[in-house]
Amino acid sequence: MSRENKEIIAMLLAGGQGSRLNMLTENIAKPAVPFGGKYRIIDFTLSNCSNSGIYTIGVLTQYRPLELNKHIGIGSPWDLDRKDGGVTILAPFMGAKGGRWYKGTANAIYENFHFIEQYDPEFVLILSGDHIYKMDYSLMLDYHKEKAAEATIAVIGVPWEDTHKFGIMNIDESRRIIEFDEKPKKAKSNLASMGIYIFNWKTLKKYLVEDEADKKSHNDFGKNIIPNMLRDGISIYSYLFNGYWKDVGEVKSLWESNMDLLKEDSTLDLYDPNWKIYSKNPVNPPHYISNTGKVKSSLLNEGCIIHGEVNNCVLFPGVVVGENSVVVDSVIMPGVKIGERAMIKKSIIMSNVVIPAGAIIEDKANNGITLVNQ
Amino acid sequence: MHDIMGIINLSEDETAMGDIAKYRPIGAVPIAGRYRVIDFILSNMVNIGIQNVSIFTQGKSRSIVEHLGHGKEWDLDRKKDGLFVFNPYVNPMDSTYYKGDMKNFKDQLEYIKCSKQKYVILSRSYMICNVDLSAAFKFHKESTADITILYKKIQGEKNKYINCDALNIGENGKVISIGRNIGKESNLNISMEMYILKKELLIEIIENNILKGDTMYLKEAIHQQVRKLNVNGYIFNGYLGCINSVENYYRVNMELLDVEISKELFYRNGCIYTNIKDEPPTKYTETANAVNSMVASGCVIEGNIERCVISRRVKIGKNAVVKDCVIMQKCIIEDGAVLQNVILDKNIEISSGVVLRGSVKKPLVIMKNQKI
Repeated sequence: MSRENKEIIAMLLAGGQGSRLNMLTENIAKPAVPFGGKYRIIDFTLSNCSNSGIYTIGVLTQYRPLELNKHIGIGSPWDLDRKDGGVTILAPFMGAKGGRWYKGTANAIYENFHFIEQYDPEFVLILSGDHIYKMDYSLMLDYHKEKAAEATIAVIGVPWEDTHKFGIMNIDESRRIIEFDEKPKKAKSNLASMGIYIFNWKTLKKYLVEDEADKKSHNDFGKNIIPNMLRDGISIYSYLFNGYWKDVGEVKSLWESNMDLLKEDSTLDLYDPNWKIYSKNPVNPPHYISNTGKVKSSLLNEGCIIHGEVNNCVLFPGVVVGENSVVVDSVIMPGVKIGERAMIKKSIIMSNVVIPAGAIIEDKANNGITLVNQ
Repeated sequence: MHDIMGIINLSEDETAMGDIAKYRPIGAVPIAGRYRVIDFILSNMVNIGIQNVSIFTQGKSRSIVEHLGHGKEWDLDRKKDGLFVFNPYVNPMDSTYYKGDMKNFKDQLEYIKCSKQKYVILSRSYMICNVDLSAAFKFHKESTADITILYKKIQGEKNKYINCDALNIGENGKVISIGRNIGKESNLNISMEMYILKKELLIEIIENNILKGDTMYLKEAIHQQVRKLNVNGYIFNGYLGCINSVENYYRVNMELLDVEISKELFYRNGCIYTNIKDEPPTKYTETANAVNSMVASGCVIEGNIERCVISRRVKIGKNAVVKDCVIMQKCIIEDGAVLQNVILDKNIEISSGVVLRGSVKKPLVIMKNQKI
């Protein structure tokens, strides 16, 4: 086997705008949004790949990729700076016959055919850079092989009342998928697709070519590729995932998933030395809590200086909280400076914002989340 | 600044460092929650664009090599120049133990000669500060001195710098002689043991020593030259921590709890770099109570801490009371334990209910990898 030949490679879709994240994604792509006091959303998927032993990854970018490209670099934080494989950023490009933006998830993969083909993989893992979770893809691959499936889709049980928000999989007793309902009004199962697919590359290739030829197609995995495969009786299995998984598609869910980290029984363990989540590391001294500082139920990172009160918050590196200020139930992104006597409740303060002394930030009327940008 | 090479000489006096430096050189002693002593001088060097740095060890180099790796965190993983670590050679035919660091420099003379830079900044690691070496270098070049030695003027802080070199400086700013601070005099010029000189001169000093064989330490050889050469002092006015004894080690850690001092030390003339550990943020629970403390990442704090410096990945259990302590990485302090004026080395487990007390003057040092 030549060195270039890979059993499996990953294609990570990271081009999403995430328009429901409002100001947070005005200048950056959704996967680059800061999360959890240190990370960016995409760190979870990249770390999962590295920890699962998948070292060949194509990252498909499109919307506002500057920060994302800078963050990924040559992939060193995730041990992906490799001679053989490693991480490759795949942006839309021009060819001799012109170029175009990626039309949909399936089209994005189709456009990068040549990238996948050079590794001649047996399997392709399709991922999205929008989700927060820890998962060992190598176990999913074992399952895929054991079932001798053509495709395997990771699924998670969601509350029945939320099933209308997801792509729902109906399965038989062997866990084979028999039906796929995109955002059903009346769901027959509560197993939602996590947007994680393993395909036999030969099979996927055939369907991507067919899909590209179909003018009416949305060129989307959920809307076209999977339904077409089911129509043709291709064997697709569901892989049940138990654990923390969250789509941080909205301001509310982003805030919630940050707050989830503060729960004593948090199921997303960031402290497991055998499954670290890698990211760029800040160059800052340890954080400091002064004589007047008070910190409870919070996450703090390097370089923070706390003179005030911090309760139930996630603080990114380099945050300063002035004396007599109170910060509660909030997410404070890198480099934010909060003056004295300020009061911040249930807010997300974006990177490098300066909050003047005495400011009050709170959505009292609706008890909603306040997003502060400048 | 591509014309300067950095040499860090780790042959340092460890006698007063006790158990903290038993298995590691002073350069590798953990400090300020996430650093090693050597990070400061190394960062000062790379912050002015020095790209050729060599570390001369005196054995016990495992921890230093592990910490530095290829120098990536200091941007010293270079194709041209970069980071070099030189351990003393042992010749199996001649098992004589050579006292002093001179032999190591003799053995590596080839490297010093082959380096392309014209100037050398020769330093040790134990003086921690954030100094603008480019200003000192400019001063050296303009003064046309043969050697410039950095120093700090002290008034009444003699205990902080006990046993350090003291410069006897004449009215014209020239260094007349070099003595030692034995704690008698209050106003002193404490040498930071950072020397700026031409590479040719350093080579000459080393070669001279090979010819005569009269000194065992490079420092001695340089000091012998003070009378013959034109030696200048360059005054440094910033914070200077001296890590040469357990008491001073403890004192410096505690001094960093002053925000103004730590801001200066960590940011003034550039950042201080260190090895990264990919730790998550530190978690404080509902029961945590932290006052006047410096805490690195990856910790879980459930108990009470006051006036502490806490390293990465430390766990402090509920109702534990930790005061005036320096806790190194991976320590676990279980529920209800009480610690005061204690230095816990790496990877120590303190069982629930244990009480350990030292004093401000004599902090209790616990050796690494123990369960108490």
